[in-house]
Amino acid sequence: MNSLMSGLYVFALSAFLGYLVISRVPPLLHTPLMSATNAISGISLVGSLVTAGGNHGVLSTVLGVTAVICATINVVGGFWITERMLKFFRRKEAPPAKGKE
Amino acid sequence: MHHYFVEFSYLFASVFFIVGLKSLSHPDTARRGMHLAEIGMLLAIIGTLLHKEIVSYEWILVGLVVGGAIGGVLAQRVAMTALPQLTALSHGFGALAATLVGIAEYARHGAQIEKPQMIAIGIEVLLGALTTTGSIVAAAKLQELMRGSPITFKGQNYVNLGILSVSLGAVVFLVFSPGAAFAFYLMLALSLVFGLMLVLPIAAADMPVVMSLLNAYAGLAATATGFAINNNVLIIAGTLNGFSGFILSVLMCRAMNRSITNVIFGAFGSAAGPATAGASGEAREINIEDAATQLAYARQVVFVPGYGMATAQAQHVVRELASVLEERGVTVKYAIHPVAGRMPGHMNVLLAEADVPYSQLFELEQINSDFPNTDVAVVIGANDVVNPDARDNPGSPIAGMPILDVDRARSVIVLKRGKGKGFAGIENPLFVKQNTGMLYGDAKGTLGKLISAVMQA
Repeated sequence: MNSLMSGLYVFALSAFLGYLVISRVPPLLHTPLMSATNAISGISLVGSLVTAGGNHGVLSTVLGVTAVICATINVVGGFWITERMLKFFRRKEAPPAKGKE
Repeated sequence: MHHYFVEFSYLFASVFFIVGLKSLSHPDTARRGMHLAEIGMLLAIIGTLLHKEIVSYEWILVGLVVGGAIGGVLAQRVAMTALPQLTALSHGFGALAATLVGIAEYARHGAQIEKPQMIAIGIEVLLGALTTTGSIVAAAKLQELMRGSPITFKGQNYVNLGILSVSLGAVVFLVFSPGAAFAFYLMLALSLVFGLMLVLPIAAADMPVVMSLLNAYAGLAATATGFAINNNVLIIAGTLNGFSGFILSVLMCRAMNRSITNVIFGAFGSAAGPATAGASGEAREINIEDAATQLAYARQVVFVPGYGMATAQAQHVVRELASVLEERGVTVKYAIHPVAGRMPGHMNVLLAEADVPYSQLFELEQINSDFPNTDVAVVIGANDVVNPDARDNPGSPIAGMPILDVDRARSVIVLKRGKGKGFAGIENPLFVKQNTGMLYGDAKGTLGKLISAVMQA
């Protein structure tokens, strides 16, 4: 019961914090926001790892390893694409094209 | 000792995730913040591998290597125009992982699962399963593997509600009799079906909302996993993701002046709106030379991209045209509607990829007051988001949707693939206005011709 309550506290505070932090992200970066939060929630990889490596029998291991593969695709793919996108965003022209005459 | 290391790795990961998301409030800090989040993820993974419950590593390593390779290759090779599909797939993979962990937990503990944990596992599997199939359908629609128009049948909403209530009922039943395996697998099967049914009736143009919702569900599935295995970092990361998804859904709905229930249960395209009065008249076709002259001698030009720009892969040519104009001293801006494209912010990424500095990308509220000072507005493959009927005609099916006021620019050039109506068959009075000129054909080709014509002007 205790861990459930502390879990609910964490949930409530994260929800509040999430609202504050995310409502400040400009529409300009909404696509990277989506892929970044997606990558971060791939943290369920942690659960998959415990299931896969726990030696709880064949079924658990098979489900666990499949889950590890899926979650890793989620994490690596998510962060990688976010990185690729964010590289594009620059304030000014890359090199000053041609000096004004 | 070990135990503390594991717990602290999770604590640092949580902090780094939050700082990372906070850094997304500005493009200049975003990359550094994301690096922090990546370090956090790495810490959490290393911490977990030291967990005392983990006794064998061979298969874990295989899983990490295979998953990492697939994820890396997908993310490196995908074209920016196909971002929505990839993101949908990625949601699906994350949700599938949560579902599988939930199934494994249930298969292992079955009848011994206590009530709070059963609720968590139930929600985890329910949300995970529906997000998995929903994301696959969304990806298939976006990739045009299946038709993008809504797939509907009579009584659909009742069937869907029925499926959902039976699944929820099964979860409640399991809480009181956790040994009832049939209820668990029935719930799993129905949730998978519900995911399909949820996205099938959604039109391609409503995808920004659906993408955001799937994003939220995938996050909340991770939250539920956190409750199921008593892990706070999962609860934190999942909840941040969940709320981000909900906030984006609300923003997208507001940008279409529709409610979430209307998007999900409305099947917009199937109810063809009444033909709008005031949209009568002939659209005036202009030739490339006239358009080029208008552009070349303008003081300010605003480009308005829509999904048509993405399908024509025209973002780079747009940028070239803009450069040619800027060299002649024309001020160039870009106006981005929140629901232009197939996912939130999609147009911004495409234009940034084409080297457009973000200081030239303007949101709806920022640019609308600037249209009266604009000599030429160039609409590229956008339709409903520039339809003045949404503003002026209360009888229009899209009445009340915030639009870009391009019709208030001195003149408008519309690049359009064909003479047909836009999505949802709504007439667009913008096309028949006096100061609007139409350029039909593939946007990329048309823009290429415009570039050479402007250079000769």
